[in-house]
Amino acid sequence: MTAHDPSLARPNAPVTTYRYDDFDAAFVRERVAEFREQVRRRLDGKLTEDEFRPFRLMNGLYLQLHAYMLRVAIPYGTLTARQMRRLADIADKYDRGYGHFTTRQNLQYNWPKLVDTPDILEALAEVEMHAIQTSGNCIRNVTADHFAGVAPDEIEDPRATAEFLRQWSSAHPEFSFLPRKFKIAVTGAAHDRAAIMVHDIGLAIVKNDAGEIGYRVVVGGGLGRTPFVGKVISDFVPRAELLAYLEAIMRVYNRFGRRDNKYKARIKILVHEKGIDEVRAAVAAEYAAMDRSVFSYDPAEFERIAAFFAPPPYEALPAESQKLRAARVEHPAFGNFVEVNVARHKTPGYAIVTVSLKPIGGIPGDATSAQMRLLAEASERFGFGELRISHEQNVILPHVKQDDLFDLWRMLDAAGLATANAGLVSDIISCPGLDYCSLATARSIPVAQAISKRFSDLSRQRRIGKLGIKISGCINACGHHHVAAIGVLGLEKKGQESYQITLGGDPTFSASIGEILGPGVTAEQVPDVIEHLVDFYLAERREGEAFIETWRRVGHARFKDVLRREGEDGADI
Amino acid sequence: MSALKNPQILLASNLADGEVVFLGPSGWERDHARARVARDKDEAAALEAFGKAEIAANRVVDVYLADVALGADGAPTPMHYREKMRVKGPSVRLDLGKQAAGAA
Repeated sequence: MTAHDPSLARPNAPVTTYRYDDFDAAFVRERVAEFREQVRRRLDGKLTEDEFRPFRLMNGLYLQLHAYMLRVAIPYGTLTARQMRRLADIADKYDRGYGHFTTRQNLQYNWPKLVDTPDILEALAEVEMHAIQTSGNCIRNVTADHFAGVAPDEIEDPRATAEFLRQWSSAHPEFSFLPRKFKIAVTGAAHDRAAIMVHDIGLAIVKNDAGEIGYRVVVGGGLGRTPFVGKVISDFVPRAELLAYLEAIMRVYNRFGRRDNKYKARIKILVHEKGIDEVRAAVAAEYAAMDRSVFSYDPAEFERIAAFFAPPPYEALPAESQKLRAARVEHPAFGNFVEVNVARHKTPGYAIVTVSLKPIGGIPGDATSAQMRLLAEASERFGFGELRISHEQNVILPHVKQDDLFDLWRMLDAAGLATANAGLVSDIISCPGLDYCSLATARSIPVAQAISKRFSDLSRQRRIGKLGIKISGCINACGHHHVAAIGVLGLEKKGQESYQITLGGDPTFSASIGEILGPGVTAEQVPDVIEHLVDFYLAERREGEAFIETWRRVGHARFKDVLRREGEDGADI
Repeated sequence: MSALKNPQILLASNLADGEVVFLGPSGWERDHARARVARDKDEAAALEAFGKAEIAANRVVDVYLADVALGADGAPTPMHYREKMRVKGPSVRLDLGKQAAGAA
């Protein structure tokens, strides 16, 4: 049986996404019914807020600055057109006509009413979606490379593993009340697009000398107030041992992870305090002692899951499209889009398209319901009805024929979705910050917008090249500022919003945490500071050198000196 | 009667829809300009006590006092930028939140 088996066909469904079985569907429906009853009891006064809070968080519902917020899971970032349309319908019916795609491959609604949330969850369940484990001290929504299954540098599609882990971790009785939240990311490629080095557990699919597939397991990475790059706990865990090995890691963390201080309750602190060797030994001891029979690997089950992610029925096409070549020459704006937002595909004649949700001056990650519907339609016309959400807060169309790229671009351009800035200086990751989030200490979106406007000239952006700017509105670092080439952290200083700049962060296999540039600056100063840094980089860079490479070669001190010279005495920058 | 450093108002979130509300002369108001102002610690304590009772009655959640400045007309305006945001709505979407209805 494969994903293309007609017996699996369902309306409007692509062939490359997981399909719930009866157990999955029943489980989600039961959770909705359970939550509906909990909401009813809350509104009737039979549950206090303290009693209700854990229930709502287990269903992704937060109370934020202006309203409730519902966080919907998009497992490993994969969406069908039907699901995207449902997200749009919910945005219109129960929210304010838009949604916000996050750095964890989720979608957040910013204005739902408590009374409506059971209906929203029911609408999601109808299209095999939910908000389970998008909050709380459990294993969160497993994330993965957004180019999964189509990247030329891929060893194996990571989504089968991610789905395997989703099934293992969903409602796991032992790990539903961990010391803190727990995040797992998976990549199957030579280049890490899933930021696995800064997750609680990062998995890289690897092949050993015998040609067997397994996993390099990284543990103890994370951002937040104490950022750490993860450490390799095992270079190779065979697939057959993966679940048992992860179970052993989780048990060690659950047992020894600190619970006395929520800020020190993450596995990164355990790894930091004990050292990776001691943690590795503890995991090995647990692994040796545990009853592994319950985790016995069934290759047929893994293959069953993997079959859902089989390649769609691609056509046999020439590697290079003449139609594309001609259109690039004839339409320079389209040519620029292809140069920046289109990536190579593993299948001849196809391409991967990044649809930027970062229009110049826009709100990073926001999409209106109309845009969601247009993207759903685009995916059906040009990509087997499948979409991906990236942790960079963009939407990916993973299976576009090169011959169709021009028509797709015209469709996107007409809807304001063709900004050719993927990976460039205005493709800024930004958390919602104090415009929405109750934890934030400063705004982040307006800073992103100001930087985007400052660098609005897309030809200038292309000259600057790949440069990741990431902004967080508080120390919790949802905007991943620690792993930005240029990071911005919003804080409160003497009752005012203040922004700290970091340089040299890297979210890939060569991960590094950015270094603080100096004292905080005002929001108004941030674009100036970044422009000075970019100008210095352009003056110093060698042929083909990205910002992070120049920074590493030239050194932090010289970047800092440039800004010191720009200020009166360096005190304000 | 002990003086407060600044006058204060009581904020909360409405249970059913999560919207920010302010304790007014006779109950919860959606417009902060109608908020009851505490000018000393006893009045602030009374507001807080009312807020706790309202939490217990499951009408509101997340109740707290915030410092305000009083305009010439006596209307309170929060002093901290966080609460300034809460009485309006997101600064990046003027079409959303209380500001969209002209309440702020």
